[in-house]
Amino acid sequence: MADVTAAPSDRTAAGQLSPSASVALALPLILLLVLAFLLPVAKLLLGSIFTPTPTAENYLRIAQEPIFLRILLRTVQTAAIVTLLAFVLGYPVALVMTRLSGRAAMLVAACVLIPLWTSVLVRSYAWIVLLQRTGVVNSTLMSWGLIDQPLKLIYTEGAVIVAMTHVLSPYMILPIFSALRSIPPELDRAARNLGAGPWTSFTAVTLPLSLPGVYAGAIMVFILSLGFYVTPALVGGPQNLTIATLIGQQTTELLNWPFAGALAGVLLLVTLGLVGLFRRFLSFGKAA
Amino acid sequence: MSTTLSETNALDALRSPPASKAALHPALGRWLLNSFVGLVLVFLLLPTLLVVPMSLGEAAYIQFPPKGLTLKWYRAYFSDADWMNATWFSLKIALATTLSATVIGTLASFALVRGNLPGARALQALTLAPLIVPHIVLAVALYLVFAPVGLTGNFTGFAIAHTMMSVPYVMLTVSAALQRIDPALELAALNCGASRARAFWHVVLPNIAPGVAAGAVFAFLASFDEATVAFFISGVDGKTITRKLFEDIDYNLTTVIAAASTVMVVLSLVLMGGVEWLRSRNAASTR
Repeated sequence: MADVTAAPSDRTAAGQLSPSASVALALPLILLLVLAFLLPVAKLLLGSIFTPTPTAENYLRIAQEPIFLRILLRTVQTAAIVTLLAFVLGYPVALVMTRLSGRAAMLVAACVLIPLWTSVLVRSYAWIVLLQRTGVVNSTLMSWGLIDQPLKLIYTEGAVIVAMTHVLSPYMILPIFSALRSIPPELDRAARNLGAGPWTSFTAVTLPLSLPGVYAGAIMVFILSLGFYVTPALVGGPQNLTIATLIGQQTTELLNWPFAGALAGVLLLVTLGLVGLFRRFLSFGKAA
Repeated sequence: MSTTLSETNALDALRSPPASKAALHPALGRWLLNSFVGLVLVFLLLPTLLVVPMSLGEAAYIQFPPKGLTLKWYRAYFSDADWMNATWFSLKIALATTLSATVIGTLASFALVRGNLPGARALQALTLAPLIVPHIVLAVALYLVFAPVGLTGNFTGFAIAHTMMSVPYVMLTVSAALQRIDPALELAALNCGASRARAFWHVVLPNIAPGVAAGAVFAFLASFDEATVAFFISGVDGKTITRKLFEDIDYNLTTVIAAASTVMVVLSLVLMGGVEWLRSRNAASTR
């Protein structure tokens, strides 16, 4: 065995697959990605420019009609608020998770992972159950005598923000947790010994060292919010269009494919731009 | 900063007890932090679990607190042809997706990690791209190419679309598992005269099995829970459970949805438990 591991370089080269064998093994993946990913996305985007002759009309329409800019702006704004809320709610959870062990740690991890693994549809449905006119929140408030009339909660922008924060918070918590867990606890102890209180130690040592996790979580939540379809479509209703629900409407109701392609192009550009900007912080979702 | 653990503890012991004001402060701070986290956890968990008592209430429309206790909505779910067709359709798609994504992803991971692949970096980036591109963009793009060739509302179309979306999860877990095992093991098998395929099957695969299995479960869940693409490429007959849920939540908000949701939650939790079990077993075996 020792002979084999210390083998000269020709042996190591023999351990590697030849280029042709590598290509053969990767070929099904390449075919799948080209036919079911690159080709359709390219067709959609090209359709927004060649309709059927080259034109910038669809993109100009997005830039010129105030309604579309408003929807774009509102989508970005909603995504920013959801990201901020997920951070404010998620960071303390991640922090406490790193300090727990045994059964308590499992319990908190379950509270974070169960929502992550539950269908987005089920969770959006749960928010409808909570927020509708005769929903849990309204009937509880009325039975306590706090309100006489049910409040309008569902199909509002607030409902979209709350439900999206709920759906996306685990994507913020997990990267922050893994960043926090990799900080040696001695650093905090050293800071305390040098006279720092818990708050100073946290702001001067722990928080700065956890920032890569925060960036990773924030970028994940932000890009997922930007392109989110299901939750805004169900909880936001037709009055609260986002880019994603607008793209859906343009294709299913108005059959305006070139324009939907242009909107998809804008969404894709913003998403990929953000990913490029924060690339080194990215770790990927459920498999992270 | 280079203080070792034992020195720190010794220094801690040497320090005089903190002044009472400073002592109250951290305790209060910790109490506030823990209460805040407790509230966040309730916020995270409660909406999902709420679906369960809702599914047991008597009323046809959501009522809180639910009155009565009945299994009739589960009976309604299991005896409704539409719900059952959608459920079986989703399960079939998810199983096919799991199989194809696991095989395609495992082979390609092997080529990327052990191979000599021209353009490996580009392929790696391309592999992860379906995770980044918004699902709504994938959904309309797939509809655009699937509709003219009759791949909407049918099993093949879904299997292709969901395999493309699930393969990244398999690649992430399998590549990580491959990077952890010693290539010398495989080299030893090759030197003992095993063929490449034989070495892979008998030496590599058993060693990366937990990673492959975790990838397979991720692929299953990614397909079974996928809703946006399903919404666009479903047909009148070929409807997934997520499409059926979407429609009913939008137009026909009865308690059957709560029963169907509970079934989905239970299935996801069982599979999630499986992944966590695999992960802990894997962590234990590599340590």
